[in-house]
Amino acid sequence: METVISSPSVLEALENESIEIFRETAAAFRKPVMLYSIGKDSSVLLHLARKAFAPGPIPFPLMHIDTTWKFKEMISFRDETAKEHGFELLVQTNHDGIKDGITPFSMGASEYTRIMKTVALRAGLDKHGFDAAIGGSRRDEERSRAKERILSVREPGHRWDPRSQRPELWRTYNPRLAPEQTMRVFPISDWTELDIWNYILQENIKVSPLYFAKERPIVWRGSQMIMVDDDRYPLKDGETPEIRRIRFRTLGCYPLTAGVDSDATTMEKVVKEVTELKLSERATRLIDGDKEDSMEKKKTEGYF
Amino acid sequence: MEKPIIRLVTCGSVDDGKSTLIGRLLVETDSVPDDTVDAAKSVRRSGSTIKAGDIDFSLLTDGLEAEREQGITIDVAYRSMNLLNGRRLIIADAPGHEQYTRNMAVAASRSDFALVLVDATRGIRTQTLRHLTICSLMGVTKIAVVINKLDGVGYSEQVYKDIQEGLKETIERLDIKNIHFVPVSALAGDNVVYGTENMPWYDGPTLLEYIQEWDVEDKGENLPRLNVQMISRAENFRGLAGTIVGGKFAVGDEVAVLPSKKTAKISQIATFSGDLKEAEDGKAVTLVLEPDVDATRGDVIELADKASLPADRFAATVVWLGETDLIHSKSYFLISGSTQIPAIVTNIRHVLNINNGEHDAARVLKTNEIGVVELATDAPVALIPYKQNRFKGNFILVDRATMNTVGAGMVKHSLRRSANVSEHHYDIDRDARAGQKNQKAKVIWLTGLSGSGKSTIANALEKELFSLGMHAYVLDGDNMRLGLNKDLGFTREDRAENVRRVSEVAHSLYDAGLVTIVALVSPYAEDRAQARALFPEGDFAEVWVKTPAEVCAERDPKGLYKKAAAGELPNLTGVGQEYEVADSAELVIDGTGLVDESVELLIEKFFS
Repeated sequence: METVISSPSVLEALENESIEIFRETAAAFRKPVMLYSIGKDSSVLLHLARKAFAPGPIPFPLMHIDTTWKFKEMISFRDETAKEHGFELLVQTNHDGIKDGITPFSMGASEYTRIMKTVALRAGLDKHGFDAAIGGSRRDEERSRAKERILSVREPGHRWDPRSQRPELWRTYNPRLAPEQTMRVFPISDWTELDIWNYILQENIKVSPLYFAKERPIVWRGSQMIMVDDDRYPLKDGETPEIRRIRFRTLGCYPLTAGVDSDATTMEKVVKEVTELKLSERATRLIDGDKEDSMEKKKTEGYF
Repeated sequence: MEKPIIRLVTCGSVDDGKSTLIGRLLVETDSVPDDTVDAAKSVRRSGSTIKAGDIDFSLLTDGLEAEREQGITIDVAYRSMNLLNGRRLIIADAPGHEQYTRNMAVAASRSDFALVLVDATRGIRTQTLRHLTICSLMGVTKIAVVINKLDGVGYSEQVYKDIQEGLKETIERLDIKNIHFVPVSALAGDNVVYGTENMPWYDGPTLLEYIQEWDVEDKGENLPRLNVQMISRAENFRGLAGTIVGGKFAVGDEVAVLPSKKTAKISQIATFSGDLKEAEDGKAVTLVLEPDVDATRGDVIELADKASLPADRFAATVVWLGETDLIHSKSYFLISGSTQIPAIVTNIRHVLNINNGEHDAARVLKTNEIGVVELATDAPVALIPYKQNRFKGNFILVDRATMNTVGAGMVKHSLRRSANVSEHHYDIDRDARAGQKNQKAKVIWLTGLSGSGKSTIANALEKELFSLGMHAYVLDGDNMRLGLNKDLGFTREDRAENVRRVSEVAHSLYDAGLVTIVALVSPYAEDRAQARALFPEGDFAEVWVKTPAEVCAERDPKGLYKKAAAGELPNLTGVGQEYEVADSAELVIDGTGLVDESVELLIEKFFS
């Protein structure tokens, strides 16, 4: 059966809904922040935020949780983007974790993520006293996200309790917070991965060069191709990285993010490839494979 | 009118094969990633009879860990599905088990269409009637009754017809006009996406065909409205940012800002991608008005000559979502669009029996109950009947302590009392009246247990003020209950109403320029906060007369504690009912101390 995916009219409707959520968040909360992870979803989120508040500036800062293990090209893209669009960029790192020698290799991927991302995120939110954090999660990403609200309350300590979510009706959002509660806001909840790519293509949104195919130095870990982005990556005895034409479908910490063989050097080619491949994007990210339901567990602890 | 995104609610329980039906729809329209499908081929829940290697469709939609363990869906989940011709279907999957009303109301609130599942092997059940009732109530006017598991009854046409016949009366009663019956087997795949040879007696469309053919009807009401979400400011720019609901705005339109009713012309419709000449339903825009009249977040923009009449009293259907009961006289936040305003339920007219449509009398609304209530908002809001437009006639009620969403409301109509009884403004105002008496009007609100010494202190304070040449008056709770409040008892709701009436009387005396001393148990913090909200800051002082319960019981001036001990008085504060401590009090008085010292403290704090 031939289906038309992400038609312009669908993208327009999704865009309008997201803008409404952005504006509601900016106006209803005392001190919101947008989480900026540098990936494609963040790029779309940033574009939507610019649209929502034009001709004015984006009325809240963007915060990046930097584990110090991101691809170098992510960090340079981040800084260029902040400069180009003139938004306030905050960078938050768990320095205690680094002092304790925590790296993607010193422990399982999910514990590493908890310490370097979740703990850092909570600390960043607390430090600045943000009462709402906007994120780029989508309901099609993973099953527990299919049930998350657009405005999703976090209990003290940033805990998510999936059992006591507020009912969300119509397009009437409840932004009120009880003492010590905070809010997570997901303006692109209803978008699918293919919507994101097609929208990037349609709107000509700049994304990190890592999404495009290029010859890169990789090593094999199991069936996964890991790019050796700097000399911190532990190579096996006698191992030398091989040069391979790859690109990335998702971005994260480079030792935990596998690349895929690809010839897609333009956004048209990327969209074509993604549409044909239709392999869940998170299958290429190592942490989620840890255990079924790992996302729900991470979220209850405060992860996005 | 063709909407690019169609929203669909599915009603039914796991036993009806709902998850399997949705799973199959998603897989057969290529809306599920391959690896998720692969997982559904290998993973099995205990007791599953599905052959390894076949897809367990139900695994695709059951979300949370706890739910999968129990094999049931307990929260609304959303799935996207691509349709032919480029439209998008977003499925809100509403669980059918416990909490069904609440979850279904949530899922149905945004939905254009509903799929109501009936298990052919079991026939019509009460829940089918509930589903139809809630869909109709929430404004889902197009419904497909999906009769599933026909493979389990030998694909019998008679079973299909019996179910159709059995629902006829309910459908007529609910006035559902657009309804269709589709016989399917979600498990075998008959009539879901592909047709079948198993039911030659059915020549209608498959379920997917039926969904795709659906079109959103253009309803009668199509006047444009914009909820002002925020004021957008930039250099030489000030605009009202919001999303258009209902109809179309064009540059040059004469519009009114509600509730203030100020009028202006639209001079610009701004967006990121450039200015528009006109914009319609669903479009997020920023309107620039000429002249730049005062408008703020929560205001509503409508066409000036067709503007709705803001009101502060409404009759509404409310679906109660909260864990604690809805009680009248309690204050909630009412949120509609970007408008947030305190509101109280002034009357519960009846509760709806969703099995048969009958109206039952009720004093409260419990979780999952649906009732018709009357509400009063603190200021006028521009809500129109839900039937005319669900996005202009809905609201939620938020508990002011927990901030949870506890009610979902659909406006039936406004009660025009406020329009008939408009506030009369007098030439002599409060300050003039108080000035004539050489004083400042204020309210001293004494709260505390029965027997704590409130009345004694109030009496002594009035005498002292009198001797100082001031004009004061004591409102005593007991005396009020002999007259104005003699119809009230001592339940939670009645106490709230008691406080509300006393605070309104206190307000009149205050407005007359008097120092008003209230002596009232007023055990609930929320009720006291509501009384406080009537007065400007600084003119209302809450004073907690703090006396240990044992001392009050020993004093027992009215013999109440004796009665309570004998079981004759179940609602005595401090015994059968709780006293919520007055954390917000401006002053705490030790009720075991000397009365003169208490009065001295009060004079020093509030009158010097």
